[in-house]
Amino acid sequence: MTTDPAKPDPKPSRLDPEAMPRRDFLGIAATSLAFGACGFAAIGAARMPKAAVLPSASKKFKVVLPESLPPGEPFFPPGRSVALFREGDRVHAISTVCTHLGCIVKPMTGGFECPCHGSKFKPDGSVQRGPAPKALAWLSVHAAGGGAVMVDEGTPVPPGTKETL
Amino acid sequence: MSLETETPPGLRGFIENAKRAPRRFLDSMFRSGKPVTDRGRSNFVFGNVYLHLHSARTHRWSLRWLTTGGLGIVSLSAFLITLVTGVLLMFYYKPYPEAAYLSIKDIHFIVPTGRFLRNIHRWAANVMVVCVLLHMARVFYTCAYRKPREFNWVIGMLLLATTLGLSFTGYLLPWDQLAYWAITIGANIAQSPREVTDAVNITQHVDPGGFQKLILLGSDEVGEEALIRFYLLHVMILPLILVGLLAVHFWRIRKDGGLARPADADKRLPLPDVKTYPVFTEAPKKTYSLAAIVKGRTAAVGAGPENTVPSMPHLFYGEAAAFMLTVFVCVLLSIFIDAPLKELANPLVPENPAKAPWYFLGLQELVAHSAFAGGILIPGIVIVGLGLIPYLDREKSGTGEWFGGPGGLRLVGWSAVFGLAAVIAIETVAIRFGWIRQWFPEAPQLLITAINPGTVLMAVYGVYSVWLVRRYNSTRAGALGLFTCFLAGFLVLTLIGTYFRGPNWDFFWSPSQWPGH
Ligand code: HEM
Ligand code: FES
Repeated sequence: MTTDPAKPDPKPSRLDPEAMPRRDFLGIAATSLAFGACGFAAIGAARMPKAAVLPSASKKFKVVLPESLPPGEPFFPPGRSVALFREGDRVHAISTVCTHLGCIVKPMTGGFECPCHGSKFKPDGSVQRGPAPKALAWLSVHAAGGGAVMVDEGTPVPPGTKETL
Repeated sequence: MSLETETPPGLRGFIENAKRAPRRFLDSMFRSGKPVTDRGRSNFVFGNVYLHLHSARTHRWSLRWLTTGGLGIVSLSAFLITLVTGVLLMFYYKPYPEAAYLSIKDIHFIVPTGRFLRNIHRWAANVMVVCVLLHMARVFYTCAYRKPREFNWVIGMLLLATTLGLSFTGYLLPWDQLAYWAITIGANIAQSPREVTDAVNITQHVDPGGFQKLILLGSDEVGEEALIRFYLLHVMILPLILVGLLAVHFWRIRKDGGLARPADADKRLPLPDVKTYPVFTEAPKKTYSLAAIVKGRTAAVGAGPENTVPSMPHLFYGEAAAFMLTVFVCVLLSIFIDAPLKELANPLVPENPAKAPWYFLGLQELVAHSAFAGGILIPGIVIVGLGLIPYLDREKSGTGEWFGGPGGLRLVGWSAVFGLAAVIAIETVAIRFGWIRQWFPEAPQLLITAINPGTVLMAVYGVYSVWLVRRYNSTRAGALGLFTCFLAGFLVLTLIGTYFRGPNWDFFWSPSQWPGH
């Protein structure tokens, strides 16, 4: 540009856009900044409802299987939604939370059955019929000494994973 | 002495003013005095912040019971009743597991009038859901959603969603077995997009289902966090949203030119009763300036708006009647039928059968085949489809007319027959012979999500309505058929879910055949 900004053009063209008055500019800038700030605040606040740490109680528990538990029969530790099995000295745990909509399945001859929409599962947890989309979860089990096992309801393991006592 | 005469100065004047104070206070409440003249009645409406959501005069067509059935006002009345009784329940209710259950038990058995208020709250909520659904059906069948009312139909959809949300969040608050398991199922429906993401193995990367459940419950299971969230939604967030939407809804009715009516409504209305007060006695003074801002084809100049009566009192009496009827019905139901309260919630033993509130049992019937299809896919498609109706049906004839005029009722009748037949046939197959999982246990999950009684039924209805559109060469015919079919499907599925499903979601002809458990 060749014009000196300090000396305004004496005859601006009719087609030139009118310069925005300074006050309008400041007003618009301030308003957009205020809205922008509110927008940022909203985005930040939207993160709040998602809990960073899940408030649920610990999902690990220790249990001693009864001596008399026959192989292939489930044992249900009181207060937990887990079925424990023992064959010889091998132990495994299957969650009894239905993979359909979260009801608690009950044992029946030849597996489990869900009271809510009638899903049926084989003893190894795989789906036999009903709306459940996937097999019951197998859970991590560890020997905890003295014949006790430590079960972690929060840690699924691949089906077939067993722990030797 | 009239109120307006000057009072003398000094003590006598003071006493005189004191004597007039009550009357003057009453007068000052209404800006324009008693509504005795035409203009007074108009002023009474637009001088009052609440009443001015109405226009000052109402067309006589809008006042026929046959036009609306008063269903909108009944819905509003039911909402107001839940508002008042709900605030009263909050005096005792404590949103914490176990404490919540005990406080509801206190309200039910100990608090004076507690059980009655709880019953009214529950019944009014049910009346509200029923009437909002019926109101939607009446708006649909009278073609009242058409231009310029499209947007109000969309606002209506949001009102419906908010109403259902209010009922659902309220269902958890007693923290009994019914509540706990209904919400567990609901939260897992929110999680059910996993059915698809698991099947294509991307859940570790994209998990919208898990996210939805986490936001809803504030945790991975239904517990204290979920209860406080539902409580907050139920007593604060959703009511505020509802009130905000209602303000827009009512304002738009007024601005869209009152209720929809047929173009020849004036000719079809019989002459008013001599005793009513329909005659426009004072010529309008402002018509010219109004003509500039009011939408419409002709400006009424020098003549009064034909066939309208002052909203005060004609419309308000009608509204008051609908309100009183609603109160009467809710109170009557509350006297005879108590709101349920089961045992304290037990996360280890599901209620069997675990049933959601009745208006979701149709969905639960579909969910019993596939959580994602029945709980998210189908409702989503229905909501989007309903919202699009006014933007797809741009026809003009039949607006404001039940079933869009002659021939409409027959179409609706046949569609109802077809809709009922289809849903009953598909349910019979599913109940009698099972579905894909029973026949081929190894079938992939995606197939089961895509093809189940719900999606098949929807496809059948869809094909039927496309056929109607082609056969009658009219979008309206297709919409009429589809809406009727969905109503029929909703009705049958809800009835089956409510009355014919027992333990393990097995089919029973009557609850007396349920196995003891
Ligand atoms: C909380 C729920 C609702 C309330 C309290 C409510 C209230 C009302 C009221 C009082 C009217 C006046 C006429 C009448 O009584 O029928 C009305 C009209 C209307 N409503 Fe609603 N409504 C609700 C939900 C809905 C829903 C779910 C829809 C549709 C999806 C809807 C769409 C409309 C439309 C388009 C009109 C104008 C009808 C006409 O011009 O004839 N509303 N509503
Ligand atoms: S929750 Fe188990 S079948 Fe639905």
